[in-house]
Amino acid sequence: MNARNPMPVVREGGPARDEHGRPTPIETRRVMIECRNVHKYYGDYHALRGIDLKIREAEFFSLLGPSGCGKTTLLRTIAGFEDIGSGVVLIDGKDMANVPANVRPTNMVFQSYAIFPHLTVAENVAFGLRRDPRSKAEKAAAVEEALAMVGLRGYGARAAHALSGGQRQRVALARALILKPKVLLLDEPLSALDRKMREQMQVELIKLQRQVGITFVLVTHDQEEALVMSDRIAVMFEGEIAQLSFAEELYTRPASRRVADFIGVMNFLPARILGDTETGVRVDVPGFGEFEVPAANVSRADAGDSGPSVGFRPEAVTLLTRDAPAPNRETAGAIEEIVYYGDMTYYDVRLDGSARFDGKGHPIRVSMRNVFGRDLPDLGTRTRVSWSPGSLILFR
Amino acid sequence: MRGGGLRAYALLYLLFLYAPILLLPIFAFNSGTIIAFPLQGLTSQWFEQMWGNATLRRALGNSLTIALSSAVLATCLAIFAARASTRYRFPGKGGALGLIMLPLILPEIIVGISLLVVLLAAGVQLSILTVIIGHTLICMPYAVAIMTTAFSSLDKSLEEAAYDLGETKWSAFRLVILPLVMPGIISAMLMSFTISLDEFIIAFFLAGNEPTLPTYIFSQLRFPKSIPMIMALGTVLVMMSILLLAVAEYFRRRGAARTGQSSSGGLL
Amino acid sequence: MATGNGSEAAQGLRMVAPPLVYAILMLAIPLLTILTFSFLKDGYQTVIREFTFENYLAVWADPIFRTLMLRSLWVAGLVTLATVVLAFPVAYFLSFVVASRHKAMWIFLITIPFWTSYLIRVFLWKVILGYNGVINSGLKSLGIIEQPLSFLLYNTGSIVVTLAHAYAPFAILPIYVALEKIDRSLLEAGRDLGESRLMTFWRVTLPLAMPGVLAAVLIVFIPTIGDYVTPTLIGGGKIPMVANLIQAQMLDIDNKPLGSAIAVTAMGIVGVLSLIFLFLNRRFLRVRQ
Repeated sequence: MNARNPMPVVREGGPARDEHGRPTPIETRRVMIECRNVHKYYGDYHALRGIDLKIREAEFFSLLGPSGCGKTTLLRTIAGFEDIGSGVVLIDGKDMANVPANVRPTNMVFQSYAIFPHLTVAENVAFGLRRDPRSKAEKAAAVEEALAMVGLRGYGARAAHALSGGQRQRVALARALILKPKVLLLDEPLSALDRKMREQMQVELIKLQRQVGITFVLVTHDQEEALVMSDRIAVMFEGEIAQLSFAEELYTRPASRRVADFIGVMNFLPARILGDTETGVRVDVPGFGEFEVPAANVSRADAGDSGPSVGFRPEAVTLLTRDAPAPNRETAGAIEEIVYYGDMTYYDVRLDGSARFDGKGHPIRVSMRNVFGRDLPDLGTRTRVSWSPGSLILFR
Repeated sequence: MRGGGLRAYALLYLLFLYAPILLLPIFAFNSGTIIAFPLQGLTSQWFEQMWGNATLRRALGNSLTIALSSAVLATCLAIFAARASTRYRFPGKGGALGLIMLPLILPEIIVGISLLVVLLAAGVQLSILTVIIGHTLICMPYAVAIMTTAFSSLDKSLEEAAYDLGETKWSAFRLVILPLVMPGIISAMLMSFTISLDEFIIAFFLAGNEPTLPTYIFSQLRFPKSIPMIMALGTVLVMMSILLLAVAEYFRRRGAARTGQSSSGGLL
Repeated sequence: MATGNGSEAAQGLRMVAPPLVYAILMLAIPLLTILTFSFLKDGYQTVIREFTFENYLAVWADPIFRTLMLRSLWVAGLVTLATVVLAFPVAYFLSFVVASRHKAMWIFLITIPFWTSYLIRVFLWKVILGYNGVINSGLKSLGIIEQPLSFLLYNTGSIVVTLAHAYAPFAILPIYVALEKIDRSLLEAGRDLGESRLMTFWRVTLPLAMPGVLAAVLIVFIPTIGDYVTPTLIGGGKIPMVANLIQAQMLDIDNKPLGSAIAVTAMGIVGVLSLIFLFLNRRFLRVRQ
């Protein structure tokens, strides 16, 4: 078996392409799944609260959120395992209201993989072909091709229950993809794997999705996984979509403090709004002083009880060595904590004057890539921090 | 060695459990007509006597009919109950399943007498059919317990996966669930069969004039000269029980091996 | 699953209907009939439809009922105590000492006697304990005793031994299951926190095994109360218990209202005792493992 290099298969679907053979931008592609104001109740519990979204052709789309946010319910609603409470679900333009799961053009990879333990690998993969009019030999060839696609060539005769977690995952993929669904739904497919296997499967899934050219909808609670794999991500909290955007935008321009907090590491400092200008908002932030946040970096979401704050990623600011000139603005502080990760290090820095507003210190976390041969600064030493207003986001 | 005392105790306990049964073959082959030591000669006449006994054969036939019918009926009903219990939430679930499982803790004499009163009041003629009714009732909880274990060890998404892959609800059940719970079905049938075959009180009340194996044995225990034959019969019954249990265990293990579950644990 | 044919509740009710209807027809209705009969008048072989408490008054006033009920409770209590106390070490042995690959075999060995004819097993105790039984004839042929020991059979003790033997697996299996569920690291934690093996057993193992012990107690106690065969065969009819009384009233004497009242009273007593027992041990049942 060669798991790392799945056999290429003939591309059957795939997005529309421009004259250079490049896929067209996602926003211009055909809508594959559309949810309009979907609500779902379990008794008194309001699981989905007005979901509106469009997932497009050949897109790798993720539903990301903490457990209980409704992401799995939404996926199962699209699959047809849950009744649509109210609202409309369209798949490839067709209303799914009275279409049961077994005839929807979607297939699912279950969290537990749901490999039939009483069947062989090949029988599992061929399960959905029972009503297929093709001959036995043709079906067997299709099964072998599907197995090859997921790197399990020659595994057909094995008993399914004897497989490892990663192999089960592959069988589940082959079993779903052999039916050539318009959409593949994946419910936390990697959560049962160990870290190394998970990272390997992430890459394989991306390749597989490009290869087969169909829409993948992934449910995950792992923000890193969503960022690695997805074209676009919908972050969900309490049955609502908090933000739907491209992975990079989600990371660099989180729409709310809550999204920012959920995705990666984010520093938050209290801010005082001084006034709006034509190009942005003037703020006063302890440790940073007064400056103007560009309008593009101002989040319109309600900051709630926490009051206005500015947020920035640990890599958005840099520690300066003793004598280097600051490329942007700079501020000073003391290193309070050092967390060493091998390839990089986190430094918690207490900026001078950071307790100016509320008497509480607000150490900020700064990440630095470790360079071979360079000494790490010591705990407690003074340091300078370089930053720019364009890498801060204002939550007001 | 750790647990040495416990092991000795457990072996003594097994001896206590087996002591009466070990006496069966001893007296079944003993030529003395009185069940006492010292033993007389070796004989197989009690087995021959048993073989030639027409009433006993009739009782055996009745018992097998009753046990087979009760086992099939109880297991079929239990599949519904266990599936409802493991798969659905509905109002009154606790009460419904409680009633179905009630015979497990109800003294059999209560079940037998109350059923008898109602059947007589309804003008039903007592026959092996009425015994089947009673035995189905008392076997059902055991079958439900086994089937519930079988169903609940199944991943719910297996069924959803089959449905997702284009099968209907019924064909998903037939192609996926049924094969996976088949060992449970066989266990439930064997257990029900064994319980019914051995049940005395309900058969005593509900069989009318038809003998079953236990009621026949009970009637013969009063006559000292029949005892050696009953010993022979008991020996045969013990052998049959062990055979049935071994078959049941075989199916359970095969089922476990097929689905890759661990095979520890026992029949109950 | 969304299929468009009714809610989950409706599907569940449809699914449970066949066994439920069967249980209602063949169990609930008969039990309710007995309950109704117990409040009606007896008219010699018929039942007069007239409400009365007389049957219950008669039951409570009847010294025979009281004697038999108390004896049944006493015997069942002794049987339960003997069965559970004798079974616990075996269950403990099974769970903690036997290697896991041998467990199935041990359980198999313990359950086999249970699957052999109940009647014959009971009768065999008569053979063992009887006047000319195995013990007496064995001792006599060994020259230890001259005359057979007559105290072995036809008494409460012999009934207790017989029933304790018959219900042994019922006691072992629930305790074994409870013991198996105990996370072994809890015991190590007990030892780690400074308790001896014995005190760890007392403070950790036993409380966690209690749900199994309680189940064993009820599973043995309730059916033994209503046992019919053992008093008849081993007691030789000299030590009848409540089941024999019910049978006699319902069938031999054919006073169905009085028989029903006895049955209902006996069940009521057993039910109340079981609930009191569970209530007294409620703290053990709160443990969710």
